[in-house]
Amino acid sequence: MKIILKEITLLHPGQKINEQKDLLIENGIIKKIGNISQNDFSSSEVFDFSGKYCVPGLFDMHVHLREPGREDAETVLTGSNAAAAGGFTAVACMPNTNPAIDSAEVANFIKHRAEKHLVDVYPIGAVSKERKGESLAPIAELVDAGAVGFSDDGVAVKTSALVRSALEYLKMYNLPLMEHCEDESLAGGAMNEGTISTELGLPALATVAEDLTVARDILIAEYVGGKIHIQHISSKKSVELVREAKTRGVNITAEVTPHHFTLTDEELRTYDTNYKMNPPLRTQEDVDAIIEGLKDGTIDCIASDHAPHAIEDKEAEFIDAPNGILGLETQLGLAISELVKKKHLTLEQLIEKLSINPRKILNLQVPLFKEGEKANLTIIDTELIWTVDKNKFKSKSRNTPFDKRLLTGKAVAVINNGKMLIDDEYRNL
Amino acid sequence: MSLAINHLLGLQNVSKNDIQLILDTAVTFREVLDRPIKKVPTLKGTTVVNLFYENSTRTRLSFELAEKRLSADTLNFSTSTSSTKKGETFKDTVRNIEAMKIDMIIVRHKSAGVPLYLTKISNASIINAGDGQHEHPTQALLDMYSIREKLGKLKGLKICIVGDIRHSRVALSNIYGLKTMGAEVSVCAPPTMIPKNLETFGVKVYTDIHKATRENDVLNVLRIQLERNAGSSIPSLREYHNYFGITSEVIEKNNKDILILHPGPINRGVEMSSEVADGPYQIILDQVTNGVAIRMAVLYLLGTKN
Repeated sequence: MKIILKEITLLHPGQKINEQKDLLIENGIIKKIGNISQNDFSSSEVFDFSGKYCVPGLFDMHVHLREPGREDAETVLTGSNAAAAGGFTAVACMPNTNPAIDSAEVANFIKHRAEKHLVDVYPIGAVSKERKGESLAPIAELVDAGAVGFSDDGVAVKTSALVRSALEYLKMYNLPLMEHCEDESLAGGAMNEGTISTELGLPALATVAEDLTVARDILIAEYVGGKIHIQHISSKKSVELVREAKTRGVNITAEVTPHHFTLTDEELRTYDTNYKMNPPLRTQEDVDAIIEGLKDGTIDCIASDHAPHAIEDKEAEFIDAPNGILGLETQLGLAISELVKKKHLTLEQLIEKLSINPRKILNLQVPLFKEGEKANLTIIDTELIWTVDKNKFKSKSRNTPFDKRLLTGKAVAVINNGKMLIDDEYRNL
Repeated sequence: MSLAINHLLGLQNVSKNDIQLILDTAVTFREVLDRPIKKVPTLKGTTVVNLFYENSTRTRLSFELAEKRLSADTLNFSTSTSSTKKGETFKDTVRNIEAMKIDMIIVRHKSAGVPLYLTKISNASIINAGDGQHEHPTQALLDMYSIREKLGKLKGLKICIVGDIRHSRVALSNIYGLKTMGAEVSVCAPPTMIPKNLETFGVKVYTDIHKATRENDVLNVLRIQLERNAGSSIPSLREYHNYFGITSEVIEKNNKDILILHPGPINRGVEMSSEVADGPYQIILDQVTNGVAIRMAVLYLLGTKN
């Protein structure tokens, strides 16, 4: 099947492309860029995408798909559908499933569940067996089974010794240790520690718990020369630590979630559990530092930490409710609204953080806009104003604090693996 | 006169007029408690549920008695299980109780925010009997009542809350209520027991119990929770007693006009010596009696509002 994306603006920061062209895709392959013949036009389905952007398929390097273990909250399939609906052609899923992704079998199972979908699913392997922080998971086997990074996400790698071992071992594959930064002995609060936590009487989690682990990992990575990636960075001090480490030449990267550059702990005054996540929402000062970090490149990626939870779990009393919110279907809109429209980032910079950099960090090929290449792309309407409606989510869960929020910018179509999602419908190309 | 509030969730946003009205109404009910027949028909036909998700003896007894004195029908639901243990969710429990057609819910819960959440899932009038480390408004109201009864006023008084402020639900309610009524509020504790940025609430922080005793009119002494503190926020109960405990020596050396309050239950020999707990400076049992009157006032004012 042949389709033409007519008068679309191709935007590829990696290839330094930013121009309006027609794009011919045949059987999922980019056949022709520009100079498309009248013949091709008459034999193809033509989509008029003037004013829309075509970017290399977006990549969310931090999602929880809950399968195996909590298929009532999300599955590989529903999570992939949510990803595609949100404009993502690939996700990396965290290993805190049940059982954890600490064996080739579990990684293979997830890959198998993701087969034939438009969205590519890359498992992140557990650093330690059962994520217990005692001994290394079979990293080599997991790499062979398709793991593209390693994390004990949900908790930090328990000991400095294990961080060291993981960083050294992963050097064989040039893959990152991805760290959920939270010092264990300081962990456990239900919200950020500060004036608001004192006012609300909720047990609080100090930023220093995050900062300590960031500092620990920087020092160990610097010592052994490993590749460290800071997940969901949320504090001003951590941004400063990463910035300083980068200046020193440490092989370090960082990601931030949309909620950590959009919301602050002021939201907790409602005691709405949809504002409960870990790391918790911080203060405006932290949000400002994060935006500064995004601007100057200290923070390399935006990732959602998509964390589906069943309604009855999330509706619990605040201190008992689980951490985390959905992210895949609101991420792009929030990033465009909060970062591009407010002129903190250019669209090119945003695409680097949502598509190019995650793949570089995980050692994956960045899709190219080149004749003969597989079409792996996202089509974005940066001007579309829309209202979030959680009941229309493709995710199985509904735990979002952004319901009814007005956003600017949305993916209108995604293409990958010979498939196209447009107008809520999957089509084979 | 009626209250502006429809629920008593805390004292943070309760006006001076409302607090005044509750305290004044309690004076009338306090008199009722001294009568031979201590019961009035005010809330006849009103159903009140005591929903206690956390162990409590005196607060629950005090509310229950207040409800009975007002002739309300009372139901008690006590459990220490939470929704983390699988079973019926909190929301389902509340909806089931609500379906029995009840009018008011008194709630105690280990999670802050539960009373506010209840207002969203229930049509009943909600009274917070203590939520997590957040607020315990009727305790603060009875403290204020007792101070006013003894010293004749609240405005301009200097009141220091002593003890584990960080883990206390009584402290915050007292801070909000007393400040609204024009008192000066301070706290005294080791820094490990002071929550973050408390100064921004307009509260002076002492770490010297002698100085705090000298410079204040009232000490409201909080219970030190044995299981929570020893070894983490304080080295030992002995050290706490020696440096922060209220003893006759501390009082007599610094301020013989001091008034001592304690919300109970007392850990004798920890936050307070037995001498002080039974001595002339304290009004601890008056607080307990006044607590019934305050809860009657709150139940009456909210229960007859609609």
